[in-house]
Amino acid sequence: MKIVVTVKLVPDTNADKRIDPGTKRLVRTGIETVLNPFDEYAIEAALQLKEKRNDGSTVTIFTMAPETGKEIVRKALAMGADDAVMLSDPKLEGSDVAGTSYAMAAALKKVGYDLLLCGTQSTDAITGEVPGMLAEYLGVPGLTYVRKLESDGELLKAQRETETGYIDVAVKPPVLISVTKSINEPRYPSLKGIMGAKKKEIKSLALSDLGLERAVGSDGAKTEVIALASPDVRGKGKVVTVADGAEGASAIVDFLKEKKLI
Amino acid sequence: MDFDLTEEQKAIQSLCREFARDEVAPRAEEMDRNEAFPYDLVRTMAELGLMGLPFPEKYGGAGGDTVSYALAVMEIAHADASTAITLAAHVSLGATPLFLFGTEEQKARYLVPLARGERLWGFGLTEPGAGSDAGATQTRAVLRDGTWIINGTKAFITNSGTEITAGTTITAVTGDGTNGRPEISNLIVPQETPGFTRSKKYRKMGWRASDTRELSFVDAAVPEENLLGVRGKGLQQFLTTLDGGRISVAALSVGLAAGAYDEALKYAKERRQFGQAISKFQAIQFKLADMLTEIEHARLMVLRAAWEKDVGRDFALTASLAKLYSGEVSRRVVNEAVQIHGGYGFMEEYPVSRFYRDQKINEIGEGTNEVQRLVIARQMGL
Repeated sequence: MKIVVTVKLVPDTNADKRIDPGTKRLVRTGIETVLNPFDEYAIEAALQLKEKRNDGSTVTIFTMAPETGKEIVRKALAMGADDAVMLSDPKLEGSDVAGTSYAMAAALKKVGYDLLLCGTQSTDAITGEVPGMLAEYLGVPGLTYVRKLESDGELLKAQRETETGYIDVAVKPPVLISVTKSINEPRYPSLKGIMGAKKKEIKSLALSDLGLERAVGSDGAKTEVIALASPDVRGKGKVVTVADGAEGASAIVDFLKEKKLI
Repeated sequence: MDFDLTEEQKAIQSLCREFARDEVAPRAEEMDRNEAFPYDLVRTMAELGLMGLPFPEKYGGAGGDTVSYALAVMEIAHADASTAITLAAHVSLGATPLFLFGTEEQKARYLVPLARGERLWGFGLTEPGAGSDAGATQTRAVLRDGTWIINGTKAFITNSGTEITAGTTITAVTGDGTNGRPEISNLIVPQETPGFTRSKKYRKMGWRASDTRELSFVDAAVPEENLLGVRGKGLQQFLTTLDGGRISVAALSVGLAAGAYDEALKYAKERRQFGQAISKFQAIQFKLADMLTEIEHARLMVLRAAWEKDVGRDFALTASLAKLYSGEVSRRVVNEAVQIHGGYGFMEEYPVSRFYRDQKINEIGEGTNEVQRLVIARQMGL
């Protein structure tokens, strides 16, 4: 089985973030770039599947990122993936979700896959829309928010999270699956993995390799960011000091009634 | 000249940073309080390949360089000095003499499980009466019918008594020697050797989660083949080992100082007095500026010593300079870090108080500041 994991390079989740008022984009200079934490779960899921199947299945990392992101892609390789493909082109800058998914889909058709694994969302823009759009552009079933994944012969058995419970699904590849954080605990890359990652291949693709039929990047963006603002600083909460739990509970109930929430 | 780390070194640094932040830091206070040796963290470090980082793959190591090793120790010490010294003492002191001076057979038998991190090993140099004067060792070993009979005591031996410790290499007087200097040799003493016992763990001011014990040898018998390296070269072999060990202890000082600095910086931004964050006061800014200046200075020295070792140069002087300087820097930094915290810095629930206690040994262990100055003066030809 050829497993491809899509990953995104994002600004360090622990860093203070700033928005450029001119471009209305996140300022990425001066902030360390890291692998999108959500994607680490997808990589781990891929590696577990590969290890369990133990049938020569491979794991390929795919990312759309500037070439400077190679170093971060190596981290994914150090975790145990076999090789990587980077779609890098300055013309991709400013792509919106649809443009990103469209370009990625074209590249992924070239790369080929049986199972496409994605993280649920990125920690920078947090739209969570790419997996769904990507499945649509690729014309494969898209199973989002998967918390359990097993391989059963020809089939993949997945459990999807919903707002009220779970849905168990069996699916025959090719398929796109996005996984949530509850699916596993991503491994650290080992030193052996880090040393070995040097020798693994990172292939490059440019837009000219894809033969796209429409513009991507900021020219092809169908959406426009009108305004961006930091959230208001939240005021201090109301602190109620009471003698015991019962009194506290009735204070909470009163408050909720006052707000007409119950 | 290029100050950039290689891609691989950066990856190892970021792996260790993540491990230290996610697994070590949250546990550090509790481990310190309970003097609990972190077996599970050692297991994880073994899985990651850290416990054998600089040793070749054929001996179970990861084949990394000294710079990577120094970076690893720095990152872990940033979270917890006890875990960092457990790693540093294991690699630099426990395993290194076996790697440097062992026969292929000894390496296969003793070094491989150490490099894989399955077992730990002690470095038995110091004695109750032989600290800075390491040559004053009173432990004696007599070769009788193909067996070394050892009698004596070793003090302050790290990693010597854990459940996974496999043994200790010691210095012992093995003959009269020449010029009035006794003949000192290194002997491999496996844990199960009859007559070899370990005391309970010392109660320590710092590094409280690390395993440190007194070792006692009463007619402890090991086979003749347990001689490590050349008979009579035991002291030199251990001093050579300590040259490399200084790089890791210096790295530990830098990491610890950086950890204390980060705590102080965070606190200074949060703590408000007189209507503003105390980081807005020049008195605090100057402290933080001095701390960062000294830490970066020490970091460069440590990395330079590590680099010199990697490229095969004589690194002994730089390693001593780095060890002395970073030890003293760490003292100044933890002191100011507590000062910036004010009364809260004196409370055990703030990590700086632990950093403060953990720091002191960095100016004593593996050569006191005073001995370090002697070593430096000797290198200067004085």
